[in-house]
Amino acid sequence: MEKWFGEGEARTQALRGVSVDAYFGEMLYIVGPSGSGKTTLLSVLSGILRPDSGSVSVEGEDIWNLAGDKLADFRLHKIGFVFQDYHLFPRLTTAENVAIPLILKRRNWTEAVREAAKYLDIVGLKSRAELPPVKLSGGEQQRVAIARAIAGQPDILIMDEPTASLDGETGVGIVGFVKRNVLSERRCILIVTHDDRISQFATRILKMADGVLTEAVKGGPA
Amino acid sequence: MTGILKLAYKLLVNDKTKFTALLVGITFAVFLIIQMTAMFAGTMKRASATVINLGASMWVMDPAVQTVANTIGMPDYVLDAVRSMQGVSYAVPVYSGGALVKLANGAYQSVTIVGLDDASLFGRPQLIQGKIEDVYGENAFIVVHDPEFHKLGDPHVGTEFQVNDHRGVIVGIAKVASSGLFGVPTLYTTYQRALQYLPNPRFTISYVLVEPKSPADVLRIEQQVQALGYLALTRDEFVDRIAAFYKYQTGVGTNLLIMTVMSFIVGLSISGQTFYTFVLENLDKFGALKAMGAKSRELILMILFQASFTALTGYGLGIGLCVLLIALAKLRLPDYAALITYWNLGLAFVMVVVIAAISSYFGVRKVLRIEPFDIFRG
Repeated sequence: MEKWFGEGEARTQALRGVSVDAYFGEMLYIVGPSGSGKTTLLSVLSGILRPDSGSVSVEGEDIWNLAGDKLADFRLHKIGFVFQDYHLFPRLTTAENVAIPLILKRRNWTEAVREAAKYLDIVGLKSRAELPPVKLSGGEQQRVAIARAIAGQPDILIMDEPTASLDGETGVGIVGFVKRNVLSERRCILIVTHDDRISQFATRILKMADGVLTEAVKGGPA
Repeated sequence: MTGILKLAYKLLVNDKTKFTALLVGITFAVFLIIQMTAMFAGTMKRASATVINLGASMWVMDPAVQTVANTIGMPDYVLDAVRSMQGVSYAVPVYSGGALVKLANGAYQSVTIVGLDDASLFGRPQLIQGKIEDVYGENAFIVVHDPEFHKLGDPHVGTEFQVNDHRGVIVGIAKVASSGLFGVPTLYTTYQRALQYLPNPRFTISYVLVEPKSPADVLRIEQQVQALGYLALTRDEFVDRIAAFYKYQTGVGTNLLIMTVMSFIVGLSISGQTFYTFVLENLDKFGALKAMGAKSRELILMILFQASFTALTGYGLGIGLCVLLIALAKLRLPDYAALITYWNLGLAFVMVVVIAAISSYFGVRKVLRIEPFDIFRG
């Protein structure tokens, strides 16, 4: 895959001939310095950013051949996002935040919020269901974001810098929790990070620099 | 889809500060526009009070007459000519003019005197005390029980007064459909007594009240009257003429237009700006929704719902506030001239729809341009 940004003299290549495979049951890390193209790669793989060339195949289907609404449906049904800044809705309760993927899937509001409580229970925050996110700690908000991401039962979970806003112990705890409770045979987890403290949990670690996947630091090849 | 709408609702309503600001803008604008137009409608009803109260189907008048209060006398032959026209069932004269009465306590009070046709008393008001035939008695007058009634010292049957050095006696108290515009009491008497008691110009007939034989005769009568050099109007046409005079030949219409436009601008400014700010502040959330798989049309629906909900809520609150204010005003000023009509409500509704549409247009444009990738970039 290739991806360019900007025009004229400001034109830069964010992805240079990147080729990567990911498998269900693995926790794949993409590491590298800021500006190496990690987030761009994540966005291309998740159907958010169209590559200038190349394709993204998920279970045999090229997602970039999908039309607008079908691409949105792909993200809704196949991808779960944990954003770096969480992007929790401050005006909703924790349970309502977790219920959002279910609501986007046309579930009834009350049913969706009730089902969201299950996912809050998985992340150990059932007692916080009625609180707004601002009343939670950073680690708790991160867990709410994870609960929201898995509420839609996605096949692929994408986590962008999950430990960026957390202290070392909390960050390690979160990622360890994800590996134990979220990763499964039918789920693949992609994590973009430059936090060495959580490398112990990765199945594979791919290094990226200047838009190129350079080496597999851990596990098999890209 | 209802889940999306509930999400939109909660995002809006739970932001109490923004939602309140949005409501204040719309409510205030609706309140202003309904209040102004209600005042205008009430004033126009008062201005046409005599037309409404007398209830004649057609009015013949001098073509220069613009409002019912500013009468121009017509010669007696006009009455005879109208009575002889084809299509006229009957026609009667009516006198309408101002006078100064002297009350028992020595105070003077301006009044409007309406002199009804002696033979038929056509246009007579409904009596709540006394008998209508008593108006034929010596010096007899009927007083209207309206908000101006107390200015005559709350008279009763038998109360005496003087008008132009003539003795007058109240023989009846009546109620009418509409109070007058100028805040003076109204007295009814016979046409001949009115001419007798009041100083008159050369021509004494203020209006000729006409009943056509059938609705189909209205146009023919109007044409015949026009050929005579006078003007015949139906009741509704006369009411419209009076309204047009106040709208276009006084400052009332211009002021009303200015206030309406100002109300709209105020509402659009406050609510439009606040709603746009609301969308901007939640742009990252809309982007996150897009990233999670929300379709563009769903986001548009959310924005439209939020704008519409706010607009309709503000509309209801604005109407309620205006009704409350008018009710309170009428407690203090019983003759407070404000009338809420479907026209007022419709105009305010259109304004609210336009505000919602403009507010949501800019919000939708912004939301549709979000790139979910920007959420990742932060």
